Amino acid sequence: MNQPGFLDVISFGPGGWGAALLAGAWMTVLIAISGFLIGSIIGTFGAWAKISGGRTIRAIADGYTTVLRGIPDLLVIYLFYFGGSAAVTAIGRFFGSEGFIGFPGFLAGALAVGITSGAQQTEVFRGAFKAVHKGEIEAAIACGMSRALRFRRIIAPLTLRHALPGMGNVWQVVLKESALVSITGVAELLRQAQVGAGSTGMPFNFYVVAGAIYLTISTFSGALLQWSERYFSRGVRRN
Amino acid sequence: MNAQVPATTPMALDVKDLHKSFGNVEVLKGISLRAREGEVVSILGSSGSGKSTLLRCINLLEVPDSGDVTVGDETIRMQRTRDGKSRPADQAQVERIRSQLGMVFQSFNLWSHKTILENVIEAPIHVQKRPRKECVEEAEALLAKVGIAEKRDHYPSHLSGGQQQRAAIARALAMRPKVMLFDEPTSALDPELVGEVLRVMRGLAEEGRTMLVVTHEMGFARDVSSRVVFLHKGLVEEDGRPEHVFVNSKSERFKQFIKG
Repeated sequence: MNQPGFLDVISFGPGGWGAALLAGAWMTVLIAISGFLIGSIIGTFGAWAKISGGRTIRAIADGYTTVLRGIPDLLVIYLFYFGGSAAVTAIGRFFGSEGFIGFPGFLAGALAVGITSGAQQTEVFRGAFKAVHKGEIEAAIACGMSRALRFRRIIAPLTLRHALPGMGNVWQVVLKESALVSITGVAELLRQAQVGAGSTGMPFNFYVVAGAIYLTISTFSGALLQWSERYFSRGVRRN
Repeated sequence: MNAQVPATTPMALDVKDLHKSFGNVEVLKGISLRAREGEVVSILGSSGSGKSTLLRCINLLEVPDSGDVTVGDETIRMQRTRDGKSRPADQAQVERIRSQLGMVFQSFNLWSHKTILENVIEAPIHVQKRPRKECVEEAEALLAKVGIAEKRDHYPSHLSGGQQQRAAIARALAMRPKVMLFDEPTSALDPELVGEVLRVMRGLAEEGRTMLVVTHEMGFARDVSSRVVFLHKGLVEEDGRPEHVFVNSKSERFKQFIKG
């Protein structure tokens, strides 16, 4: 009778795991957003390199997408975490500190997620740019727009129109991939659920709750993406 | 009424000895062409004669291999790269000169994510840095002039081809260009929509706009232009006043061409 029920365990009161799970969910969203932004920036440069780069730049971009799409994402996180830690430790030793210094798990995770999703974003942006009607870009050139102005006012919004569905897929992948970052000890949602499961002996209940929270995040962000798809498709005739 | 201007009128556009090849195909083999302010020059020629390429070389949508383009009193400065290719020496100058040349395309090329009004005010605001209020007022006047004032808040995809092309003309006019370049402006239109676009162009000719028009519309070339230039295989085969060349051209090819 004095064994607390599951609702007490996930409550926000004293001894409840509600606050910890919410904090974990917040951390998951932060990792996913940072990784997605890093990936979008990399994707922009990657697409630019593939579309209008010289032979060397194109080869580098091709190499990047081939490698990153071909190795497990978990491995990329390991490489960043342990590679980063080795680098920080070496720097620490140079300044006279002793022993192992851990690379911040959040940073390693966000970078790893960013670099893997960047490879996918590169392909998404490249395909989207190819779908832009070239005449609209020529019209921008013909009225004297500079390269930067053209990109900002014409090319970027028209490319986004075609890129958003693909970006939505990448976002869903990134959100799920952020769970892999739990191996570095960052207290994101899955990690918090693991800790809760371990200390209460109710693993199934905790993982079901974690799953529900993931689903909630992806549903809300999906709605947001749909709204922006509509916004950037303004002027497109729906038949 | 053909727009004839006195011989003392200053040059608006001066093209000298333009050459352009794509791979091994020489499309322009040394073309020279001048237009005085207020002149309407129709450029005729069968497909492959180089007329569209000529127009696109004038605002450097294609970079000519050699030759000079002068707009007003400013000549586009070109240079050679190490591998012998020609390219503009000063990108800022090219952009400035482009903003003085209003281009109207065969396929309209309105920006599909902007309304008609936004299309017209885009370059005046962002390229010429003119105040927004002034640009909007001017744009509304231009849209009224081409007869689509009520379409200002519609997106291009909701307009007919003729309306889109008139919007594109308004967009080009909004830059207050020195010369208007028309690249087969009616070729992509359904026959019943050609008239409304030609009427707008006639109106522009009558108010003294300098225009270079690549066209297949013989009626427009004969009745509206001050000069007709006939291109054949990358060279100027005939250049003269329409009432002259349409009646007694010495070129067999031109006579064949206008017979259809």
